Amino acid sequence: MTTLDVPVRNIVGDIDKPRGGALAALLRHSVALARRSLIKTIRTPEALIDVTLQPVIFLLLFTYLFGGAIAGGDRHAYLQFLLPGMLAQSLAMGGIALGQNLNADIEKGVFDRFRSLPVARSAPLVGAVAADVVRYLTVCVVMLGFGTIIGFRVETGFLPAVAAVALAVGFGLCFCWISVWVGMMVRTPGAVQGTMFLLVFPLSFGSNVFVQTKTLPGWLQAFVHVNPITPLVGTIRGLLVGGPVVHPLWQTLAFMAGLLVVFVPLALRAYARRA
Amino acid sequence: MSDLVVRAEGLRKRFGKTQALDGVDLAMRRGTVLGVLGPNGAGKTTAVRVLATLLKPDSGTAEVAGIDVLKQPQRVRRRIGLTGQYASVDEDLTGTQNLVLIGQLLDLTTRDARKRAAELLEWFDLAEAASRPAKTYSGGMRRRLDLAASLVGHPEVIFLDEPTTGLDPAKREDMWGVVRTQIAQGSSVLLTTQYLDEADALADEIAVIDHGKVIAFDTPDGLKRRVGGLTLRVRPSDPAKVQDALRVLDAVAAPGTNASLDTAAGARAGAVAVPVADDTAIDQALPALRRAGVEFTELGLHLPSLDEVFHALTEEGHEPAAKKESEFV
Repeated sequence: MTTLDVPVRNIVGDIDKPRGGALAALLRHSVALARRSLIKTIRTPEALIDVTLQPVIFLLLFTYLFGGAIAGGDRHAYLQFLLPGMLAQSLAMGGIALGQNLNADIEKGVFDRFRSLPVARSAPLVGAVAADVVRYLTVCVVMLGFGTIIGFRVETGFLPAVAAVALAVGFGLCFCWISVWVGMMVRTPGAVQGTMFLLVFPLSFGSNVFVQTKTLPGWLQAFVHVNPITPLVGTIRGLLVGGPVVHPLWQTLAFMAGLLVVFVPLALRAYARRA
Repeated sequence: MSDLVVRAEGLRKRFGKTQALDGVDLAMRRGTVLGVLGPNGAGKTTAVRVLATLLKPDSGTAEVAGIDVLKQPQRVRRRIGLTGQYASVDEDLTGTQNLVLIGQLLDLTTRDARKRAAELLEWFDLAEAASRPAKTYSGGMRRRLDLAASLVGHPEVIFLDEPTTGLDPAKREDMWGVVRTQIAQGSSVLLTTQYLDEADALADEIAVIDHGKVIAFDTPDGLKRRVGGLTLRVRPSDPAKVQDALRVLDAVAAPGTNASLDTAAGARAGAVAVPVADDTAIDQALPALRRAGVEFTELGLHLPSLDEVFHALTEEGHEPAAKKESEFV
């Protein structure tokens, strides 16, 4: 080891004030931490399987294996119906990895260091969530790209399709706070996955993703109508292949706000208690 | 402003059935090293986590750099550096990325953060590995990066939780050098360790902690006086020379002590031991042994082991308690 002299800090200004104020600091710290998450994602591309290969396989499975039986032989019509719904399902599933990663980080002690630094308590979580935008965009690009290859066609136009992607990513960013909260509550990354599957499967299958709601028994229809995935699928469908948009859009935005109001505070509180 | 940069009073923390901290008091003077010495599970890490704002105690108060840890944790965080027991660097990030991130979180500009990262990587001999992901680093390199990470903000108070556990002797020496440099530059260091020699080498004061309580607080010399200090031990090749060896060692004994047959637990028969004042005793003993014609298979200086320290301290602790009881009888 060399003995290069490393000088003690020259304190300039008020050491106790975050540079540029608290809000600017939160933003800056979150961006720095989001960058960290992105670097990790780029270094381990196999961690993207759940937002690339997995939705493709699901899409193939349902279109070609079940599509014929469900839609009476008209596979193209079923693909047009299915793909917007599967986009929503893939986004809900895409958030699971976030909770797993955060859980692993806490176990490894990486978060101890962040917590010993003068950053807002929420910054590590906000940063990690923000970095997940990349994963949700990947889901949208892969689904629409691969869907187009096997015959899916946007029937509305470019702008509505962009709006659909924006809404889908926005929903993913709200929904993933459930995963963040679970990640803070349970002990191992595996348990995060197990718990989240328990939640995401009933939500994505007990919805209008795969079949028309009117074909379901009454009690199940009741569940479908209060399921946040349902209006999301309705809106994306309207934006991609036509149909009502305004009413399900409001419902979706209300659910998104609800998810944030409930799960952001829960996640932050659980994070403060953990470690 | 108080001369104490760490002051803790009556810290208690319970995890389930374990009373991790059972009324810990600590004090560290500015510009010094406080060694917190204790076995695994004594409560060292819990104490550090409380002082480093990671954990709220059930009761008690603590000040770091003159600031209340519980009331103003953010102000404390601007003044401390923490290196945990387990290297907590981010394995997917390169050495530079790890340190730049911390600089940014400490509100350095990106430019200053880069400059500081380069400076530290250079200092810790990691410049060549700077752009490799930390997962390709050896254990010693990771420890160095972890230590560098805690120094990014030029902290006033540095907490090192068992910084040398698992390192080989040469790497331990390096780590000790880093601690001494930080002190020379005006920082104060609180380090926990399981090794008496480490506390002896670095600490100005030592707090011995066991079962969540500080059972002794003293300078290394004071502690050694209480538990027995350095011992010089010789094992003659020829058992017949034991008497000669005893005579030679008597000449270098610490005042008021004598050489004797080594009866320390686990010692094989045939060795001779003597308490000595400091390590210069070996310089006198070696030529004297030669002159007396005592050949030997072993010659060494030994500090009491941590076990022996605890044994001595707990024995000492029990006596007054017993006296008190007898007063009531």
